[in-house]
Amino acid sequence: MGEPCAVIGIGQTAYRSRRRDVSIPGLLREAARRALDDAHLTWADIDAVVIGKAPDLFEGVVMPEAMLADALGATGKPITRVHTAGSVGGSTAIAAAGLVHGGVHDRVLAVAWEKQSESDATWALTVDSPFTTSLVVGAGGYFAPHVRAYVHRSGAPGHIGALVAVKDRRNALRNPYAHLRIPGITRAMVESTPMLWEPIRYLETCPSSDGACAMVLASEHAARRAPSRPAWVHGTAMRSEPLAFPGRDAVSPRAGADCAADVYRQAGITDPRADLDCAEVYVPFSWYEPMWLENLGFCGAGDGWRLTESGATAPDGDIPWNPSGGVLSANPIGASGMIRFAEAALQVRGRAGGHQVDGARRALGHAYGGGAQFFAMWIVGDTKP
Amino acid sequence: MRRQVAVVAFAQTRHTAGDGGLQEAEMLAPVIAEVRERTGLRRFGFTCSGSCDYLAGAPFSFVSALDAVGAWPPISESHVEMDAAWALHEAWVRLQHGDVDTALVYGFGKPSQADPRAVFAQQLDPYHLAPLGIDPVSLAALQARAYLERSGATEDDLRAVVARSRASGRGNPFALHLPDPGDTGYDVAPLRACDVAPVTDGAAAIVLAAGDTARGLCGRPAWIAGIDHRSEAHAPGVRDLTRSDAARLAGARAGASGIEVAELHTRFSHEEPILREALGLGGGVEVNPSGGPLSANPEMATGLIRIGEAASRVHDGTAGRTLGHAASGPCLQQNLVCVLAGGGHG
Repeated sequence: MGEPCAVIGIGQTAYRSRRRDVSIPGLLREAARRALDDAHLTWADIDAVVIGKAPDLFEGVVMPEAMLADALGATGKPITRVHTAGSVGGSTAIAAAGLVHGGVHDRVLAVAWEKQSESDATWALTVDSPFTTSLVVGAGGYFAPHVRAYVHRSGAPGHIGALVAVKDRRNALRNPYAHLRIPGITRAMVESTPMLWEPIRYLETCPSSDGACAMVLASEHAARRAPSRPAWVHGTAMRSEPLAFPGRDAVSPRAGADCAADVYRQAGITDPRADLDCAEVYVPFSWYEPMWLENLGFCGAGDGWRLTESGATAPDGDIPWNPSGGVLSANPIGASGMIRFAEAALQVRGRAGGHQVDGARRALGHAYGGGAQFFAMWIVGDTKP
Repeated sequence: MRRQVAVVAFAQTRHTAGDGGLQEAEMLAPVIAEVRERTGLRRFGFTCSGSCDYLAGAPFSFVSALDAVGAWPPISESHVEMDAAWALHEAWVRLQHGDVDTALVYGFGKPSQADPRAVFAQQLDPYHLAPLGIDPVSLAALQARAYLERSGATEDDLRAVVARSRASGRGNPFALHLPDPGDTGYDVAPLRACDVAPVTDGAAAIVLAAGDTARGLCGRPAWIAGIDHRSEAHAPGVRDLTRSDAARLAGARAGASGIEVAELHTRFSHEEPILREALGLGGGVEVNPSGGPLSANPEMATGLIRIGEAASRVHDGTAGRTLGHAASGPCLQQNLVCVLAGGGHG
């Protein structure tokens, strides 16, 4: 694992359909500035910048770290751009934490974002390599068959997805940054919305958001001087597997299970449901909650939907999932993974405001991407490991 | 105290000036097979790659390349949307944690199927610069003009850089074999077509290993004595284009002194004297003996190849201390310097 690393500053923008008041650099600067303020630091205190976003085709800017260097105070400093599809926000946090774990820098600024109002993500996700034919439209078209396979395999009743959609949207009402705010949302309301990709209904999908998330990661020495309680990184892991080959289990990918096993081992976790106090997990379509509950080892195979139905993942359950409202409530794609990591850190710092899980001491941040083949996870805690 | 990490294997494709009929993954598979064979390693503690979706014209172009790695069982892996030299930096950082001993780094680019000038014009600030329709060659020409005026160098001096690079490239089986520069017209004055690195397809892979693992895998490991990268401001109007502050800073922090051979990521001939000055490379330093990017420029692998070529000179014992350099962004905005050294640094 190397040198200890802690989160000492977190900044988020409001997530909205359109942030017409800011440019792309302005959006990132807003999040970065808030993270610096949280850590009581200035731009000059930062040793290196690591940024992440989803494909360049979204906003049409090639390798945008070049044009963002000025806005992020990177002149004279190292700046690196990470891109690992939907898991990129998590991978960006891990690459930034790596610079501290490796003893290379003391204070690293990690920023991830998407400005979907200046992009066309569905178009960009539908364009395929000229060598292959794609019949997929957008991410939902790709993932719906995996969900159908899960429902078939587990015997889950049809309403489970709606339960997750309602839970996460209710959580979002307590998070001032969340994009989708639907007061009085009910299961009947979700079930009355159009079917987009069987069995995924409109309100079971994530929105398209503009937004950015930033964190300041610090060495032990720098964390000791931070003004408020840091979140210590207890483990980080990334795993990737090929997109397709006979025998790959797209419903419960081995890369996800291996990644979880690695990060649990580092953090000394043997029973994630009992040992963790809450989890921020990448659930862009409601059905991914029961699927990831199983993949991440919170229950046995086929039992994920039972856990959801029992209320265990609700804010007053024994293992709250996505108390922030999750990806279902705000989805600036490139930032979504980092938001999961940052929200996990907010929880163990006791700074999650209205959606704080009482007494949260250890939390999981999780991101996935590509065809459910790239995974990034970390576990943060309120004590130095 | 840094953990000692070395380049223990390097492989590259025989780069082509045009579409060779291979997909990216097909270009990549043989070089990954080659570094595996050379090291005997099937699995690596960490894998990191560099590429650019826009060159492939499709999002997630790195995903199909992952198939060339054979990521099963699942691997610990990441990707930078930058030249793979930055992937090597991320892998070097990862090896500093102390819990893994080997890393695979690869990069690939197939610009022949795209229009690199149009693609990299989209790298500019989308609000202020890109709408001007300025392309990377035009920006480089501004820099070249400013450099010639400041230094008193002439277009003939640039032509000499090209002639030397191309002559060296003809001795490199992996580079394009280009003729001596003739009396062609300007591309964008003062740059002629020969002053601009050729459109090239290719891929490269490097294996890094730490400490005793490196010694076990390679007779003469090329130890990373220092590595650093720095950026400058993006807007060309706010920096002195005739100098490379970022290269100077990265070179100083990487400990670039006593260099015998330097492989520089020169996408334009005028960048060589600017980088020589920034890195303090005197006349005695051999620059781009491989022919450099002016003889073969497989985008996104070009910088990694510079590190690989610099390491090769340590591997074969013809140099004791070498330098690999990578650049990114318009007008040498970002620079990475990797200093490699032979025995005594392990």
